[in-house]
Amino acid sequence: MKGGIRTTGIPSKEELEASPGYPSAKALVTKPMVVIECVQDIPCNPCEAICPNGAIFVGHPITQLPVFYPERCDACGRCIPLCPGQAIFGVDMTYASDKAAVSFPYEFLPLPNKGDVVQGVNRAGEVVCDAKVLRVQRPKSFDHTAVITVAVPKDLAMEVRSMRRLPRA
Amino acid sequence: MGRTEIAVVGAGPAGLAAAIEAARAGAQVTLIDENERPGGQLFKQIHKFFGSEAHRAGTRGVQIGRDLLKEAQDAGVEIRLNTVVYGLFAHHCLGLVCGDHTEDLQAEIIILATGASENALAFPGWTLPGVMGAGAAQTLINIHRALPGYRVLMVGAGNVGLIVAYQLLQAGAEVVAVVESLPCIGGYGVHASKVRRAGVPILTAHTIVRAEGENGVERAVIAQVDENCQPISGTEQNLDVDTICLAVGLSPLAELAWMAGCQFTYIPTLGGWVPVHDQDMQTSLTGIYVTGDLTGIEEASTAMEEGRLAGLAAAETLGYLAPEEGERKKAQVRELLATLRIGSFGEGRAVAKGQIVKARCEA
Repeated sequence: MKGGIRTTGIPSKEELEASPGYPSAKALVTKPMVVIECVQDIPCNPCEAICPNGAIFVGHPITQLPVFYPERCDACGRCIPLCPGQAIFGVDMTYASDKAAVSFPYEFLPLPNKGDVVQGVNRAGEVVCDAKVLRVQRPKSFDHTAVITVAVPKDLAMEVRSMRRLPRA
Repeated sequence: MGRTEIAVVGAGPAGLAAAIEAARAGAQVTLIDENERPGGQLFKQIHKFFGSEAHRAGTRGVQIGRDLLKEAQDAGVEIRLNTVVYGLFAHHCLGLVCGDHTEDLQAEIIILATGASENALAFPGWTLPGVMGAGAAQTLINIHRALPGYRVLMVGAGNVGLIVAYQLLQAGAEVVAVVESLPCIGGYGVHASKVRRAGVPILTAHTIVRAEGENGVERAVIAQVDENCQPISGTEQNLDVDTICLAVGLSPLAELAWMAGCQFTYIPTLGGWVPVHDQDMQTSLTGIYVTGDLTGIEEASTAMEEGRLAGLAAAETLGYLAPEEGERKKAQVRELLATLRIGSFGEGRAVAKGQIVKARCEA
């Protein structure tokens, strides 16, 4: 129990790797895809319905953890802003030789701009690297949840999950 | 004396859903709320809801509130705002305070959807300005758009504490820490994860010892607790905060049900004393129904389903739904309700809700 999501609020490596939504390291290097960090049996399934490719399966009962099929994912990212738990991220290990692109949901103002260098934070909110903003998506369909994509050192692709909040203007 | 077929007390998610179902079936429905705006707590819920597609998961609570209001208006529900129900008397007669005068309203069926209130927590300094319920802080930031303070300590890591901590960050406050006296986080892990990614520590097995300050909160003293929830001396820490939010549970607002003489049962996991009810949400008194947090603390999704159930049952009782149709529709709602009460977060509530119905059967 110690160190897991129920005591720290952070899913442990074991919890993540045991989750059927978390792609294997082997799958991750092949192409861009989403990473589902959903480790508790809460009744929730919008990710399953929004995926146009059938890459996410929850089924019945809806407390089952989402099962992710990497081969079906085209990294469209529609599930990222929809997940009410903000537990879905995008990871592109093919972005560059030394960098990966990481996408995360973000609901704080001010938003960064494309090209800015922000501070990438891990699941504990600790700054782990500088991260260049590649994309800020905020179409109406995302309903006010922005999705930010940043470039991070490849070895931090599975660590960086947000950015340090920017000071208010 | 005014008359209506169905009076619904409380225009939160449960009351709105009950009113909509009953009015759609053809009943005359009067929905009463003491606030100037309907919606209960829904308009404060700016986050996206969990649940299934059928429960509009992924939609923000505030949008669900807007949609329910429109549905209620389209269904012909009479909504009376700024109206306090001060009593529930014999023959289903409600006493109302409307502005500067009182009125009586008699209904064939009464549906109570009065919700819940926040629990307080007493500690030295708890009466200082700056100590408030997490719900109060949420009302300030999300309804009135005013920050209660700049540096906040959140007491309680259930879903309310975690969600309001996140929303305080969105509103521009710093949340210095979330303390939780239990050894684990009670709310959904994903809510905790959002707060952690934003840099807020969650200290389990910690409690607030006292608040200090001259004319308001200037600092909080927290400490680690032992397995009996007692502060361990020597572990105190001072936190420089100007606001302390309490998210230490909710209690059903059951006064009207008590006054009417409904039978109650005590179920700690649901918030304490709750009126017993049957599968249709009818209490021990014929024609008086209860729904939503009043019948046990849950969440908006379950409140809406329970409301629908009560509304359908009331309409059926008045003859607006044929028994077969009523049964079929109620069965659908019960099935949806069941899907919301499974898994490690829902099973306990399913068992507790079963106890309520069992208590009703034995009454």
